[in-house]
Amino acid sequence: MREIPVERVSDVVEKMCIDSNIFLGQDVLKAIKRGLDLEESPLGRDVLEQLVKNTEIAMNTKTPICQDTGTAVFFLEIGQEVHFTGGYIEDAINEGVARGYEKGYLRKSIVLDPLRRVNTGDNTPAVIHTRLVPGDRVRIVLSAKGGGGENMSALKMLKPADGEEGVIDFVLETVERAGPNPCPPIIVGVGVGGNFEQVAFLAKKALIRKLGNPNPDEDLARLEEILLEKINDLGIGPQGFGGRITALDVHVEKAPAHIASLPVAVNINCHVSRHLETII
Amino acid sequence: MTKTLCPPLADKDVENLKAGDRVLISGIIYTARDAAHKKLLELMERGEKLPLDLKGQIIYYVGPTPAREGEVIGAAGPTTSSRMDKYTPPLLERGVRAVIGKGLRSQDVKKSLKDNKSVYLVAVGGAAALLKEKIVSSKLVAYEELGPEAIRELEVCDFPVFVANDVHGNDIYEIGKRKYERNR
Ligand code: SF4
Repeated sequence: MREIPVERVSDVVEKMCIDSNIFLGQDVLKAIKRGLDLEESPLGRDVLEQLVKNTEIAMNTKTPICQDTGTAVFFLEIGQEVHFTGGYIEDAINEGVARGYEKGYLRKSIVLDPLRRVNTGDNTPAVIHTRLVPGDRVRIVLSAKGGGGENMSALKMLKPADGEEGVIDFVLETVERAGPNPCPPIIVGVGVGGNFEQVAFLAKKALIRKLGNPNPDEDLARLEEILLEKINDLGIGPQGFGGRITALDVHVEKAPAHIASLPVAVNINCHVSRHLETII
Repeated sequence: MTKTLCPPLADKDVENLKAGDRVLISGIIYTARDAAHKKLLELMERGEKLPLDLKGQIIYYVGPTPAREGEVIGAAGPTTSSRMDKYTPPLLERGVRAVIGKGLRSQDVKKSLKDNKSVYLVAVGGAAALLKEKIVSSKLVAYEELGPEAIRELEVCDFPVFVANDVHGNDIYEIGKRKYERNR
């Protein structure tokens, strides 16, 4: 057994919350700059230029990239040889989130009750997905997920006969309906297969893959390429002002499904795609 | 071409704007999100005095991050405008000449913009650190209890926005998409 004090997890999480909100990942920045090379619309180029400048200002002045500093979503992989000491792991994560959002001057955007809507004041509780894996390591992936893209995401239970075409249609329909609201350029996470709750999880998980890395599965890589091209043919463009670059990337993940089902989920992320990974 | 706006706005200021124009705002603008809008409307319904004179003013839909010590404001980009849709027409009738946010507006809002000769401006969603730098001072006006949702008076200098809906009924979201969509 390898012992890990949970306090160490809190410290790591605190830093991840602050860093992810101030420093945009190089993969995303590279994709925005590539978009700038390809964009034909003058307004679209203006927008992309502002975004590049924004990330520099954020980094130099330690200001969050966006004022919506997100819901803290964690993907936790715990090696089964690990023994946490000194407290409960989920409490430790929430402790790290509360400290990070306070010390980093981040916005607290979580309400305790979805209907009564009273702010918890420290951006907790986080959304925590845990998986037990072989080994004695802990892998923590944080996604600080903004509300704009989340609100325009969608899920549909297709018929198996709808096939790939049905999946493509639903993705396009969802992105078109979202229009300017998720602050394009966007990143599109698509889940295909599994069941009702699994497909939403797949779509979210698709978003944490680094940009510029197609799915290793050849079929899915091809589907990602087709989807990206079709989405950018919609003409929505940066901020919805019209243009070539509506999406920076599309990621698809799949899972085995029931003989009667073809679930599909589309999780939209904005260009402020905040992901960090730490291994303890 | 980039145009400039200095509130309070007169008829000719807004008539001159076209969907797709780049605009730099300098002067005073006011912040308000859903909660503050709701409070203003309740006062209007009761016929009571408002905490600010709306005539010719610009309202910015923003809920900033907390300011660090010594700073005017935190990251301050636009929030989704559609949440303000049901509150917008009465405020336009009361004299507001421009609102700044991001994303689609309802048909009612678009009609009200035209009827009241007002414009819908859009700031770049997610350019919050850049927009923060254009804000030179911030003063509380009303509803301190709402925290980041309180109404504040912001003094801005060359604050960059785009005209989304002009007084002539044009909509950049429709025009832009039509121009760049490809049907294959
Ligand atoms: S959708 Fe993204 S860029 Fe737009 S306001 Fe939300 S977090 Fe910021």
